[in-house]
Formats: sequence, structure tokens, C-alpha cells
Amino acid sequence: MSDWLVAVGRRGLDLLVRLGRAHMLLFYIVLALPALVRQPREMVRQVHSIGVRSLVIIVVSGLFVGMVLSLQGYNTLVGFGAAQSLGVLVALSLVRELGPVVSALLYGGRAGSALAAEIGLMKATEQLAGMEMMAVDPIERVVAPRFLAGVMVMPLLAAIFSAVGVLGGYFVAVGLLGLDDGAFWSQMQSKVEFHDDIVNGIIKSAVFGVVATWIALFHGYEAVPTAEGVSLATTRTVVHTALAVLVLDFILTALMFNKV
Amino acid sequence: MVEPRPQDDSCRVPLVEIRGLRFMREGRLIFDGVDLAIPRGRVTAIMGPSGTGKTTLLRIIGGQLVPDAGQVIVDGCNVHQLKRRELFELRKRMGMLFQAGALLTDLTVFGNVAFPLREHTRLSESMIRDLVLIKLEAVGLRGARDLMPSQLSGGMARRVALARAIALDPMMVMYDEPFTGQDPISLGVLARLIRSLNDSLGLTSLVVSHDVQETCAIADYVYLIAEGRVVGEGTPSEMRDSASAWVRQFMHAQVEGPVPFHYPALDLTTDLLGEGSA
Ligand SMILES: Nc1ncnc2c1ncn2[C@@H]1O[C@H](COP(=O)(O)OP(=O)(O)OP(=O)(O)O)[C@@H](O)[C@H]1O
Ligand SMILES: [Mg+2]
Repeated sequence: MSDWLVAVGRRGLDLLVRLGRAHMLLFYIVLALPALVRQPREMVRQVHSIGVRSLVIIVVSGLFVGMVLSLQGYNTLVGFGAAQSLGVLVALSLVRELGPVVSALLYGGRAGSALAAEIGLMKATEQLAGMEMMAVDPIERVVAPRFLAGVMVMPLLAAIFSAVGVLGGYFVAVGLLGLDDGAFWSQMQSKVEFHDDIVNGIIKSAVFGVVATWIALFHGYEAVPTAEGVSLATTRTVVHTALAVLVLDFILTALMFNKV
Repeated sequence: MVEPRPQDDSCRVPLVEIRGLRFMREGRLIFDGVDLAIPRGRVTAIMGPSGTGKTTLLRIIGGQLVPDAGQVIVDGCNVHQLKRRELFELRKRMGMLFQAGALLTDLTVFGNVAFPLREHTRLSESMIRDLVLIKLEAVGLRGARDLMPSQLSGGMARRVALARAIALDPMMVMYDEPFTGQDPISLGVLARLIRSLNDSLGLTSLVVSHDVQETCAIADYVYLIAEGRVVGEGTPSEMRDSASAWVRQFMHAQVEGPVPFHYPALDLTTDLLGEGSA
């Protein structure tokens, strides 16, 4: 019994220490952000490797999610004679929920894991220590540009996901199910609010972008510098990103859309 | 002690002075009262069995690890009391060659050697190009400038790292195991290179190695570390003739002697029999 208590206590303390280190890292990253104006080329490179290279998976997933939404939504709505509202259903689901959440999950799996592995490997091969010895701060040089790039890219990826999803939904609704073209768009236009829906969706994806990138960078930066340590860091990145995104989504949704 | 050159007064103060160094890692005492001095303008070697903490010592000198007790004075500054900015200024004057090279994998050989110049100087691109090519020529890899680090052998990577370590013309270069992974020819070349760079550029060199022959051939003074202490010191010839059991065993690669081959552990019989009760 007391062994068990000790073990729980130790794990608890361990968790607190890691949380503390994660916040210290975030603090140093934020301090290093102003210096990024001196590295525009590095920023472009990171936006490319984090954002542009995630585009394919985002576009393909968005398309299929939109198409499935349209099919499922039609089957339900048609029972209430409300098939004309299909466009609204597809758009709201995507903009409020699925766009930010699914693209953040994909981002964690595609870009986050790559970030963690890259930084973990740089640590394992002493590149970060080497930079430090050359009087170059690795947080300023390596971590901060990736953080800013990730934070900038995430809302854009979510927006692209939602836009492609709406198109996918449109193809299924109008092309496959034969719904009226004009009704699909005009209902959507009148029911989707700019502030309540679109802005809130962007806020969500911005929050997810900060958290997902932070988690990836933290696990990479704190990785045990061995092959095993790096693989653990990537796994943890994906798992922790998924959990954090889903929990935060619930909290944010409760704060934003709860009209009680 | 090696007498510093008498004509220059500033030479009398060693460049690096370590006093009463104690360092623990995960509850294990790595250094327990290490004192050593690294004179200016000389090649000083630190030797010791694998795992004694030679790499750790270099990292302490470079300010990456903080000792539990004791002082490290580099060029008059107490390394571990410097502010971050001051520490970075000091590091610009210290080159370090890492055991595995530590080249930046997303830059070419040229980019790696140019990296410290681009970070810390405002030289024009053509100046940087000239400097980089000169440094690469010195390590015999001018022709490899466009290769990526992944295309280099371990020995080549180490030489590129050496070119990078001297790119800023530091006052001191620390070499962590420069000789491992070199073929006999490039090993000899490298050893002579370390010596000649030291003399021609007026550097102070600190070579960490367990390669007794090559190291003794170029070092002016040798420290032998084992079990967290300095167990012997002297010029290479003094070391070879030393009466100390530690020094004799290490210098002449004898199997029997006080230098432990094993990581600290329980007695083997206790360990084997004690499995159930542990
Ligand atoms: N990150 C670390 N965490 C905990 N202990 C470590 C760490 N790095 C090294 N050690 C321990 O510190 C001791 C000294 O390691 P160090 O790398 O300095 O040895 P070394 O003398 O350079 O050995 P080698 O000649 O094999 O390179 C080792 O016994 C090792 O177990
Ligand atoms: Mg070592």
C-alpha cells in the first residue's frame, strides 16, 4: 500500500516537473519570438515544411469528411423533410467542429510527430549542444521558428479543410443526391454567422495550433537523446496532441456555443 | 608543471583553471575534487578510461553543465557565475569539437563551417567563402564542400567539425576524442594538424582522448583522470616513466592494475545469488 502511494506520488511529482519544464520552454520561445524577424528565410522554410507539406493530407481528408457528412446528414434530414438544410448542416459541422479538430489531429500526426522527431534527433546527435557551444541559442534558432510557423499555419490548414469539406459536401448533395444547387448555398449563406461560427472556429484552430506545436516541440526538446527516446517522443506527441485537442475542444465549445 | 614561456607575463596565468571540482550525475559522483590548470599556448591532453567523465569535463568547462562545487575559471572569468550573454561571448572564443561531430544535418559542409561566421560576424559573402575554403583546405576537405553531412564518413565529419571549431579563430579549442574513427594516415595528419594549428594560430588546445600514442606525440602536458580524480599528471615522457600504478597501467595498456574496467557494481557472487531476495 505504501509502495503504491510512493509510486503515485513520484509519478505525480514527475508530471508536475515536466509541466513546469514545458511552461519554461514556452516562456523562452515567446522571449525568442522578436528575434525571428532576423531569420525570414528560416521562417519561409519552416512554413513550407510544416504547412505546405501537410496540405495533401488536409485536402484529401477534408474532401472525404465533407462527402461523408453530406451523405449522413441527408439520410437524417430527409426523414424530417429538411433536406434543403443539408448545406447548413455540412458547413456548420465543418466550420465549428470538424475543421479545427480533425485538422489539428492530422497536424499532430503529420507535422507534430515530424517536429518532435527532428528536434529529438538534433538533440541525440549533439547538434543542439553544438549550437550552444557556438554561442547560438537553439531555442532562438531551431525551436522558435518552428513554433511560430506551426501557430501561423494551423488556422490556415483548418480553413482549407473546412472549405474543401464544404465543396465535397456540395458534390455529394447536388451531384449525387440531386438536391437543389441554389438552396444548398443560400441556406448556408443565411444560417452561417461570421462571428459566431467562423471566427469561433478560427479561434479554436489557433488555440489547437499553439498547443499542438508546443507539445511537439516540448517532446522533441526534452527527448532522451537515444533512438528509443526519439521514438517515444514522437509517440507521445501524437497521443498527447490528440488528447489535448479533444479536451480543449470540449472546453472551448462549452465557452463559445453554450447559450444557457 | 610546464613552465609558461617566460617572455610573456600574461602567459603565467593559465587559460583554464579548475579548482576543487565536484560533479554528481543521477546520484553518482563523477568528479570529486579535480584540480587542473591548462596553460596558454600549449596542447594539454586529458586522458582517462571510458566513462570517467572526459566529455562531461569539457561540457563543464564550456558552461553547459554546472558543477556541484568548485570553480572553473576560463581566461579570468568564473564560467558558472557569468550571465548568459557573457557566457555566450566567452563561448565565441572557445571552439569545441564534439565526439560525434555534431554537424548541422540540414546544411552542407560549406554551410556548417560558415555557420558560426554568419551568426557572429558581418563579413561579406565573399569573405566568408574565402575563410571557409581556407579552413576546409586545412582539414583536407575543400573538395567536399557541397556534400551534406549524411554523405560524410565519421572521420570526415569530425574533420569538418574541426574546421568549424576554428572558423572564428578562437583562443582555445577543445577536442573530444578527435582520433577515433580515423584511418592511420588521417590520424597522423590530424594529430599534426592539431599541433600545427595550435602553434601557428597561437591557440590553446585541450585534447581529450584515450589514444595514448597519438596523444602523447602532440601533447605538452598530460592529465590522467580516473575515478573522479586526477591520478597522474606530467609531460608525456614523465608519464611514460611514472612510478604510479594508475599511470603505468594506462600508459602501457596493461590489463591488470587499479583502473577499473567494470562500472561500479555489487560483487559478482552476491549479484548472481541474490536475485530472489532482491
Ligand atoms: N545524460 C547523462 N545522464 C546521466 N549520466 C550520464 C549522462 N551522460 C553521461 N553520464 C554518465 O557520466 C559518466 C561520464 O560520461 P562521459 O560521457 O563524460 O564519459 P567519457 O569519459 O567521455 O567516456 P568516453 O571515453 O567513452 O567518451 C558516465 O559514467 C555516464 O554513465
Ligand atoms: Mg566522451
